[in-house]
Amino acid sequence: MSAVTASRYPAEYESIAPLLPGQNLPWLQQLRSEALQAFSAKGFPSPREEEWRYTNVSGIEKKLFSVPASQADSEVDDWLKAYQLADAWSVVLVNGRFSAELSTLNGLPDGVSILSLADALATQAAQVQSHLGQAVANSEHGFVAFNTAWFSDGLFVHVPPKQVLAKPIQLLHIVTQADALATTRNTIIIDESAQASVVETFVGADNAYLTAAVTEVFVGQNADLTLYKMQSESEKAYHFGGIYIKQERDARFAHHNFAFGGLLARSDIHADLGHASECVLNGLYLGVKRQHIDNHTRINHLKPYGISRETYKGVLDDKARGVFQGRVIVFEDAQKTDSQMNNRNLLLSVDAEVDTKPQLEIYADDVKCGHGVTVGQLDDKSVFYLQSRCIDEETARNMLTFAFANEMVDKISIKSLHDNVLEQVLARFPQQGVDKEWL
Amino acid sequence: MLSIKNLHVSVGDKPILKGINLEIKAGEIHAIMGPNGSGKSTLSHVLSGKSGYTVTEGSVTYQGKDLIEMAPDIRAREGVFLAFQYPVEIPGVSNVYLLKAALNAIRKHHGEPEVDAMDFLTLVKEKVRLLEMDEKFLYRAVNEGFSGGEKKRNEILQMAILEPKLCILDETDSGLDIDALKIVSEGVNSLRSPERSFVMVTHYQRLLDYIKPDYVHVLAHGQIVKSGGPELALELEEKGYSWLEEQVAA
Repeated sequence: MSAVTASRYPAEYESIAPLLPGQNLPWLQQLRSEALQAFSAKGFPSPREEEWRYTNVSGIEKKLFSVPASQADSEVDDWLKAYQLADAWSVVLVNGRFSAELSTLNGLPDGVSILSLADALATQAAQVQSHLGQAVANSEHGFVAFNTAWFSDGLFVHVPPKQVLAKPIQLLHIVTQADALATTRNTIIIDESAQASVVETFVGADNAYLTAAVTEVFVGQNADLTLYKMQSESEKAYHFGGIYIKQERDARFAHHNFAFGGLLARSDIHADLGHASECVLNGLYLGVKRQHIDNHTRINHLKPYGISRETYKGVLDDKARGVFQGRVIVFEDAQKTDSQMNNRNLLLSVDAEVDTKPQLEIYADDVKCGHGVTVGQLDDKSVFYLQSRCIDEETARNMLTFAFANEMVDKISIKSLHDNVLEQVLARFPQQGVDKEWL
Repeated sequence: MLSIKNLHVSVGDKPILKGINLEIKAGEIHAIMGPNGSGKSTLSHVLSGKSGYTVTEGSVTYQGKDLIEMAPDIRAREGVFLAFQYPVEIPGVSNVYLLKAALNAIRKHHGEPEVDAMDFLTLVKEKVRLLEMDEKFLYRAVNEGFSGGEKKRNEILQMAILEPKLCILDETDSGLDIDALKIVSEGVNSLRSPERSFVMVTHYQRLLDYIKPDYVHVLAHGQIVKSGGPELALELEEKGYSWLEEQVAA
C-alpha cells in the first residue's frame, strides 16, 4: 500500500465546481483552489495520522458520493415535523442546499443576519471573506480542505454587539438522496457582549450518504454562545462535523454534542480560548449495532484565567465502537488556567468497545487541571435493587442506562430541543410504566 | 404465607444456610436474630432472589408457589418486599419515577390498568406524611445523598406504597438513632394487618421494643437454634448469643 492513496474525488471536481456558490468571487475561487490542491495531495485522513488512529474513513472512497444535481425536497415533511424546533429561527438545508420555503426567518431583530451562506456571499461577501477559513486552516486535515473546496451552502449568522437573541437559531441539515454528498460550511459570528444559541441538527433518510460539515465560530469579547449539535444521521451514513471556535477575551462558549446516528461519525471540536474566557464541552454518544462514533476535542488555553469544563459520556452496545480523544493544551502564557475533563463510558455488551484518550499538556506552571476516565458496566446491585422494586430486568437496565445518559440531556436549556433529544434517548432505552414528567 | 423447608444455601462452594425450617402465617411477625455471620442476610437475600446464592437442598413456598423459581421482579410483584440493609443509590432516577414504574408493574402483573396520575400523587403524599418525610424527597434521585436514616425511611415509604404481603426487613434498624427508629417502627406498625406478614432480620433486640414480634428465632451457623415468643429476645438481650452458639457447636 502506498503512503497516500489518491482520492477519487478530485477527478469529479471540475464538473461539480460550477454548481457551487461564489463563482464571481475571486478570493473564494482562490481559497477553493488552494483547498482542492491540499485535498488532492493528502486525501481524507488516514489512521496513520495520530488524531485519526482509531477511525478509518476509507469507506468514503469506496462509495464515491456525489453532489445531488437538484435539491429534491419532495419528502422532507416528516423530518421537519420531527426535528424542526418550534419557536426558533431555522435555516433548512436539504441535500446540502438552502431551502427558503422550508426555513423560518421572519422577525429578525435589526442588524442580525441569519441566512444561507450562499446568500451571504451574494449580499455581504466582505463579512464572509473576513471569517471564512479564519478559525480553521485547510491544512488541519483532509475533511477541512475537502469542505472548503466542495461546500455547496451553509448557515451564516452574525449577531451584532450587545444583541441578545430571544430565540435560538437552528440549522436543520437533511439528506434525502441515496449516495449524496452534502458538504456545508457554517459561519457563526457573535460580536462583543452579544448572546445567542444555535442548534445544528443533522438527519437523513435511511440511505448511505456523506455529510461533511465545517462550522467556524467567532465568539467576541464578553459574548456568549451556546451551540448544540444533534447528530441523528441515518445508520448507513458517514458524518464528519468539525467545529472550530475562536473565543475572545471574557467570551463564553458552551457546546452540547449529541452523537446518536451514523455508520461512521466523527466530530472535531476545537476551541481557542482568550483571556479569562470560558469553554464548556459536553457530549453524549450512543452507539448500537456496528456504529463507530468518534469525538475529538481540543481546548487550547492560550491566555491566562481561562476556564474549561468538559464532560463526555458514552453508551456502547452490540458491536458499536466509541472513540473519545480529548486534548487540553495549556500554553506558556495561560497562567491560572482552570480545566477539568471527564469521559465516562458504559459498555452494554461484551463486543462493544471504547477507545478513550484524554491528553493534558501543560506548559504553564500555575494552573489547576484534571482529567478522569471511566469505562464500566451497569452495576448489578442497582439492577437487583430495581428488580426487587418490581421492575423487570430489561426495564431496570434501560432505566439505569437512561439515567446515565440523561445527565447530559438535562443540560439542554432549550425546551423544545430538550424534549426532542429526550424522546430519542427514551426510544433507545424503553421503560415500562414510567412517567417522563418525573425524570 | 411462607413455608421454608430444610433450606440449604451455598455461596460458591461454601454452605451458609444448613437446613432452615420456618412457617409464617398471614398476619404474623417473625423476628430472626443472630450474631454477625450467622446467615441472617443470606436468608433475606435468598427470599428476595438476589443472585449469587445456590439453593442446594430444600424448598421455599410462598402462597403455594415455588418462590425460588421466580425472578426477583416477579417475587416483588407477587407481594414480596425486601427492605435493604444497605439501600442502593440510583443517581438520575427520581423516587416518584421509580415508585410509579413499580406500582404500574404490580398492576400490570395483576391485569389492572396503569395508576391514575392524581390517585398516585395522593397516595404517595399520604405515605410521605406517614413517614414524616419532606415531599421534596420524592423528586430527588433514589437514595442519592440520603443519610442512613433517610435511606431506611425511604425503604419503608416504598413498602407503604407498594403494599406487599410479605415484608422482609433486613437489619432496617441498624445504624438508626432513636428518633429515626421510632418513625420507621411506626411506619411498619401502621402496615400491620391480618393479611400481611413480616420477617424482621435484626442484630439488635432494641427494634423489638418498638415492633412487637409474634415469634423470635435465633440463627447461628446457618441453622435456627432456638425459637420462642418475644420473651426470647429479652433473654438474648441479657445473655447474648454465645450460649446458643456453644449449644450448636457442642
